[in-house]
Amino acid sequence: MSDTLHEERIRDIIAKHLALEGPMLPILQAIQGEFGHVPQAAIPLIAEALNIGRAEVHGTMSFYHDFRTEPAGRHVVKLCRAEACQASGGDRTAAHAMETLGVDWHETTKNGNVTLEPVFCLGLCACGPAAMVDGKVVGLVTKKRFDQIISEVGA
Amino acid sequence: MTLKIFISRDAAAKACGAEDVVAAVRAEAAKRGQDVTIVRNGSRGMVWLEPLLEVETPKGRTGFGMVGADDVGSLFDAKFGEHPKAVGLVEEIPFFKNQTRLTFARCGRTDPLSMADYEAGGGLAGLRRALSMTGADVVKEVTESGLRGRGGAGFPTGIKWKTVHDAKAEQKYIVCNADEGDSATFADRMIMEGDPFVLIEGMAIAGVAVGATKGYVYIRSEYPDAIEVMGEAITIARKSGLLGASLLGSDKSFDMEVRVGAGAYVCGEETSLLNSLEGKRGVVRAKPPLPALQGFMGRPTVVNNVISLATVPVIMEKGAAFYKDFGLGRSRGTIPIQIAGNVKFGGLYETAFGLTLGEIVETIGGGTFSGRPVKAVQVGGPLGAYFPPSLFDTPFGYEEFAAKDGLIGHAGLTVFDDRTDMLKMARFAMEFCAIESCGKCTPCRIGAVRGVETVDRIAAGDPTALPVLKDLCNTMKFGSLCALGGFTPYPVMSAVTHFPNDFARAKEAAE
Repeated sequence: MSDTLHEERIRDIIAKHLALEGPMLPILQAIQGEFGHVPQAAIPLIAEALNIGRAEVHGTMSFYHDFRTEPAGRHVVKLCRAEACQASGGDRTAAHAMETLGVDWHETTKNGNVTLEPVFCLGLCACGPAAMVDGKVVGLVTKKRFDQIISEVGA
Repeated sequence: MTLKIFISRDAAAKACGAEDVVAAVRAEAAKRGQDVTIVRNGSRGMVWLEPLLEVETPKGRTGFGMVGADDVGSLFDAKFGEHPKAVGLVEEIPFFKNQTRLTFARCGRTDPLSMADYEAGGGLAGLRRALSMTGADVVKEVTESGLRGRGGAGFPTGIKWKTVHDAKAEQKYIVCNADEGDSATFADRMIMEGDPFVLIEGMAIAGVAVGATKGYVYIRSEYPDAIEVMGEAITIARKSGLLGASLLGSDKSFDMEVRVGAGAYVCGEETSLLNSLEGKRGVVRAKPPLPALQGFMGRPTVVNNVISLATVPVIMEKGAAFYKDFGLGRSRGTIPIQIAGNVKFGGLYETAFGLTLGEIVETIGGGTFSGRPVKAVQVGGPLGAYFPPSLFDTPFGYEEFAAKDGLIGHAGLTVFDDRTDMLKMARFAMEFCAIESCGKCTPCRIGAVRGVETVDRIAAGDPTALPVLKDLCNTMKFGSLCALGGFTPYPVMSAVTHFPNDFARAKEAAE
C-alpha cells in the first residue's frame, strides 16, 4: 500500500471515531487493528484531528503496552507471567519457549514467524499456565503443549 | 428427540478446548442423524472440569468433565449415560451445591445472550423495582444492603452513589471498571461472559439512582471473549428496552458502550482508568477531587467494579435486608472467591463472607494440584499478602484480613506449594510494580526499581540489605499516590515476615 493510500485510510478511521467522548484509544486501536501497528504517519494526523500536540499523541501511545510502532511477527504468542501461572509452572514454560524460539521477551524469531510477549494475567488463573496465541486463549500450557502450539502455527 | 447439550463459551472452557468439543459434537450428531441443540452457556465456575459438557435430562443437567474431542464418539455410544468422564448431576456436585449464588445465580445455567433466559431467571425485576422508586430511595436501599466495592478497596457502594446523586450536573456517568488485572481473579470476566445482562442491568439501576444517562464499561484488552459478549449483549439490551431512551417503557433513559483497555495494569485504579477513558496516559490523579464529583470529563461519575454493579440487581430484586443477612461483621452479603494457581479444584466459589482461609484452600480447593504441602496463599492479587498455613484460621472478611496485615482485594487466591521460593516472589512483586508503575509518584516509580535491586542484594547475601528493604517498603506504603505503589509492600513484607528462611538461606549460601 502506498503512503497516500495509508494516509487516506487513517483519516477515514479517525473520522469514524471523532464523535466519541475520549476518542484517542479507540482510534489507536482501530489503526493498529488494521495495520498491525500504529504507523508513524498516523501521529500527526491524529494530533491534527483532535486538536492536540503530536507529543501528546505519542505520550499516550507509548504509555500503553499494547501499541506497537513496528509490525509484529506473523504470529504473536503471549505467555502469562503473573503469580497464578507461576504457581502452576509458568516459568518453566517461559524458559522453554525462549530456548525453543531463540528469543527473549518482546522479540521476534529470525524468520519473522513468532513474536513472544509477556502478559500479566489473562483471567485463566485456574487453568494455567495460560497463553494467548493470535488472540485466542489457551490453557494448561506445559512445555509439550507449547511445542504443539508452535507447530500448529507453522513456526 | 432433540438432545440439548450445554458447552460453556467461557474463556477458561475455550482455553481447555471447548471449541474442539463443540465441533466434534456437531460432526458426530450429523453423522448419526441425531438432532442436537448446543447451548453456549457461561461457566459453572468449576474450571478443573472444563470443558464441561452438560446434557439436559428429566432429573436435571448431567455432566461430563474434562471432555476432549476424542471422547465425543463414546459419549454418543453411551447415550450420554454411563461413561468414565461422567460427573453426575452438575448441581449436586458439592463444589457447586454448597455455594450461595446470588450474583452468579444464572451464570452457567442460562444462555448468556438470551433475554428470555435472563428474565425467566429473575432478571429485570431489580430494574423494574428501581424504576418505581425515587433515585434517593434506590441509593438508600443499596446503602442499607451493606454492599462494599468488590474491586478491592471495599468502599461502601451506596455512599459513593449518594455523593454522585447529590451532585448537580447536566451530565453524570456510570463507569464500570472491568480492568480486572489481578492475577488469580476472573470473576469479572466470568460474569461478563456468562451473564452480561446482569451487569448492564446493574449499570442501568445505578444510572436511575444517581441521575446518569450514560455509561461505559472499560474492559481490559486481555479479555477478547468478554469484550465480544458484552458488545453483543448491549445490542440485544437496546432492542429489549434494558437500555435506551425509555428503560422498560419508563421515562428514564440510559445507554452505555464498551471501551477497551490497552494493556496497562494501573488502569484498574479508578482515576487512571478515567484518564485512559478520556484518551490520555493512564496516569493516576491526585484525590481530591473525588471522581464522584469530578470524574469522567470532569463530571460526577460513579466508578464501580463489575461485581459490585452486577450484585445490585439481586439487591433491588430481593431487598437490602435479604442481602445484608449474609456475611460477617462489616462484610455483608456474598463474595465470589476465585481459587487459582497450584490447586486441585480451581474455580469460582460464591459464598457468604466468613469461611476461613483454610476451609477455602483445603476443603473447597482440595489442596495443591501437585499433591505437595501448601507453602503460601497470596490473597488479593499481586498487591495482596502471602499467607502461610499458620494463618489459615483467618475468616474471609475485609477487616479480618486487614487485621492480619493482608487484604482480600478482588477475592482471588493463588495457592503455592512448598517448592516456591518466597524471595523470588518478593522480587517479582517489585519487578511487576516497576513495569506497571504509571510514573506519577516517586515512591512507586523509583522505589520499585530500587526494591528489585535490594532483593537481589539480599539474595547475594548482603546482610545490610534487609533493613533497607523494610525501610523502602515503609516509604512506598505511606508515600505512594495509589494502591500500586502503596500495596506492593504487602506481598514483599509478608514474604519477609512469614518466610524468613527464604531470605536467610540466601545469606548462608553466599558465606
